[in-house]
Amino acid sequence: MSQQVLEKPHSFYEKFDRKGGPQKTTHYCPGCGHGNVHKLIAETIDEMGLADRTVFISPVGCSVFAYYYFDVGNIQAAHGRAPAVGTGVKRTRHNSIVISYQGDGDLASIGTAEIIHAANRGEQMTVFFINNGIYGMTGGQMAATSLLGQKTATTPYGRTVENEGYPIHMAEVIATLEAPVFVARTHLADLKGIMNTRKCVRKAVQAQVEGKGFTFVEILSPCPTGWKMDTHTSCEYIVDKMLPVFPDKVFKDLIAERESYVRPDVDPTDEEVLDALDLGQLGEPFPKDQNFLDNFPTMNFKFAGFGGQGVLTAGAILAAVGMQEHLQVSWIPSYGPEMRGGTANASVVLSNKPVGSPMVVKPDVLAVMNDPSMDAFEETIAPGGLMIVNSTIITRKAKRTDIETLYIPLTQIADDMGLKAAANMVLLGAYLEYSKLLPVDHLKQIVPRGIKRKQLGDQNIEAVEAGAKWVRENVGARKAEAAVTA
Amino acid sequence: MSEPTTPSVEIVPHLCKACQRCIEVCKPGVIETNLERAFNELGYQWVEYKGDGCTGCGACFYACPEPGAVIVFKKGTAA
Ligand SMILES: Cc1ncc(C[n+]2csc(CCOP(=O)(O)OP(=O)(O)O)c2C)c(N)n1
Ligand code: SF4
Ligand code: SF4
Ligand code: SF4
Repeated sequence: MSQQVLEKPHSFYEKFDRKGGPQKTTHYCPGCGHGNVHKLIAETIDEMGLADRTVFISPVGCSVFAYYYFDVGNIQAAHGRAPAVGTGVKRTRHNSIVISYQGDGDLASIGTAEIIHAANRGEQMTVFFINNGIYGMTGGQMAATSLLGQKTATTPYGRTVENEGYPIHMAEVIATLEAPVFVARTHLADLKGIMNTRKCVRKAVQAQVEGKGFTFVEILSPCPTGWKMDTHTSCEYIVDKMLPVFPDKVFKDLIAERESYVRPDVDPTDEEVLDALDLGQLGEPFPKDQNFLDNFPTMNFKFAGFGGQGVLTAGAILAAVGMQEHLQVSWIPSYGPEMRGGTANASVVLSNKPVGSPMVVKPDVLAVMNDPSMDAFEETIAPGGLMIVNSTIITRKAKRTDIETLYIPLTQIADDMGLKAAANMVLLGAYLEYSKLLPVDHLKQIVPRGIKRKQLGDQNIEAVEAGAKWVRENVGARKAEAAVTA
Repeated sequence: MSEPTTPSVEIVPHLCKACQRCIEVCKPGVIETNLERAFNELGYQWVEYKGDGCTGCGACFYACPEPGAVIVFKKGTAA
């Protein structure tokens, strides 16, 4: 028999089995345009043989359950984030056909940034934007696309320019961007509109198959429930009210002139990534000492000073040494808006257990490089903790009597070596020599690998040694006399 | 020689939501609603093909929002 039959496209599941309901139809209201568009998309996927390549991204909104209907790959994205999810899918699976399906609350309100930037990046996906001028799912609130005068749950007197502004024209907005290759608006009010939508759906998907770029079809779609109208009146409303504001036309079609483009496969090894980022040069970890790990306490550090004193680096290096000793570590910087100057501090946690929070509120060890830092953090030290004071710059003494204090002329020691910026390394050398928490020798091995300016490696090692030496000569090991005045 | 088949339409009663979009686009007007009819399990009085006069144009298929509710058998040749 060669009779042509128009029936449910095969890209739909044979049966719509939704969890928690006996209904075997879509969940859409009678006359809702979502079903029409679903059908046109499924038919296109069928005809182009794309079911096994398609990843359909459902939004939040009435079409949130599209994954119960399309027998293709499915992801349901957070509200407004479908284009971001689609970006990830397409970039990791170049052969996929990504269909991002969104309503106006989803695309034109909460997800405005996502759609604009996905379009602007020219992501190779097809976006179907269902403009029904209302939030259907949540009970008919105003959308960014609602018409002036339109009464909704949140504009009971009708939308006004003064209160809610003008409706946003997404197709026009997207068409102003350079990257998109096909941007059109269609409608579902009558057969002509539906068949034109069908044409545009195919065109947009075909362009993606050919690797032409970002395609966008906005579809004026009836929401009889949200509009409180019957199907017939809804269609009239689209023709009489919506089309004059949202004209149906092709705003942009560069499909023929744009070259096909396949994003190059970038799949670097871990080593290549670390190299490119100038990271991961710490080398092999130190041999594991289980006894040492078992007995290691959880230690909270804060290194504070002004920008340029290297407190962030000091924290990072200490964390790096801890990491190479097989400890659990965290490092988190905190600084003001200034790129240079201003105050900064780093929180570091070293532990033999997973670190819960990287924020150090009550440090066991506080190192302060300048007065404001001491003023700000002395009070926060845990009782019995240690404060290391850069006595070159800070002249006042500690107020706390329940802590240990070491006054070390960190800046002076570094200055004497001709490397003022290395006061942070002097600090680390002095601290580890004093506390014996981790071997100074290991610190010296990590310093040249961990600092950004590799050519200064040797000088930084010397600075570490200078700090250690100062402690040996002036303090001795811990539990010797704690407070030394420089 | 094979016999040309007659075009026809089938409305699946338990899938129809009675929105009447199909009726609006059917030029020969061969789909009708019947308010005397019982309700389907969705609670709708499904629409029905009058039985002849369908041209197989397919309009109702595209106008119907419910994926499986309308099946159109176009004009063709039965082998
Ligand atoms: C983060 C977040 N904010 C708000 C909501 C509530 N919410 C659910 S759907 C929706 C809007 C849906 O409107 P639209 O995108 O136009 O889709 P329609 O339902 O009309 O198809 C909102 C605001 C949510 N689910 N998640
Ligand atoms: S509320 Fe509107 S958009 Fe949602 S299913 Fe019903 S008609 Fe469709
Ligand atoms: S196929 Fe055309 S003629 Fe036949 S019922 Fe549908 S709309 Fe009417
Ligand atoms: S368009 Fe579909 S759901 Fe609506 S009345 Fe016709 S067959 Fe029923």
